[in-house]
Amino acid sequence: MKLQTATRLGLYAVLELARDPERTLSSAELAEQFGVSSHHLAKVLGTLSTAGYVRGGRGATGGYRFTGNRRRTTLMDIVALFEPAPGGRAKEPGEDTDIGGALQRVLLEIDEIAEATLRSISLETMLKSKGSSLKR
Amino acid sequence: MATIRPAQAADLPAISALDERETGVAKPDYWRDMLAPDRHFLVAETDKGAVAGFIAGEIRVFEFGQPAAGWVYAIQVDPQQRQRGLASQLFDALVERFKAKGVTRVRTLVDRKDHLILSFFRAQGMVAGPSLQLDKDVS
Repeated sequence: MKLQTATRLGLYAVLELARDPERTLSSAELAEQFGVSSHHLAKVLGTLSTAGYVRGGRGATGGYRFTGNRRRTTLMDIVALFEPAPGGRAKEPGEDTDIGGALQRVLLEIDEIAEATLRSISLETMLKSKGSSLKR
Repeated sequence: MATIRPAQAADLPAISALDERETGVAKPDYWRDMLAPDRHFLVAETDKGAVAGFIAGEIRVFEFGQPAAGWVYAIQVDPQQRQRGLASQLFDALVERFKAKGVTRVRTLVDRKDHLILSFFRAQGMVAGPSLQLDKDVS
């Protein structure tokens, strides 16, 4: 699965801020951590802020903090802010042919599995899981 | 904190009723078969003696060409008793029983549209396993 850069940055930022909801980090600090431009990250944080997952940030030095619910928010919730909805895409040329239709069914199967995976992993699971995930 | 203990024949009506409420399908024979000695069938009992949830599983060796693994066949918690960690307690207890038998992997199958139960197993540290389930409509 290929995620757009904004989606990946959205996931990085929300997970980093959700690690410690008491802590504030500026878009410049987050940008430096992920090696991207502060301008690019500010736009991503704006989207996360409008959706209610983070709050704050006045200018490049203003701090952001996590204001969502770690247990209730899944990776899919964040991905959906940046990626087009699976049903909302435009029709591809050739989709009405039998080969095009068969190919569409394969791609749909992949999308369904990807969505099930992203929907099943909460921020809490990512940050606290007993197994493979993030450790501070 | 509930008590986790092996299921007994006397628990079957409560188990069957809880499952039927949640799935809409009555399958008393299926649950009675889970009492077989090679199955692991546990209930969570409240301090008032009621069955608040259950978990059922079995160790299968060389199933689908895979080495021994403990399979979770079913898990259910009374909706009134959720958000108290009962399902995690049941899962941990089943895993302990599998481990006591020398098994080091636990597996299950979940409907990919059932995000609630998928999220539960993810929160227990489970990830996608090495097998893909395939299916064909032969009607």
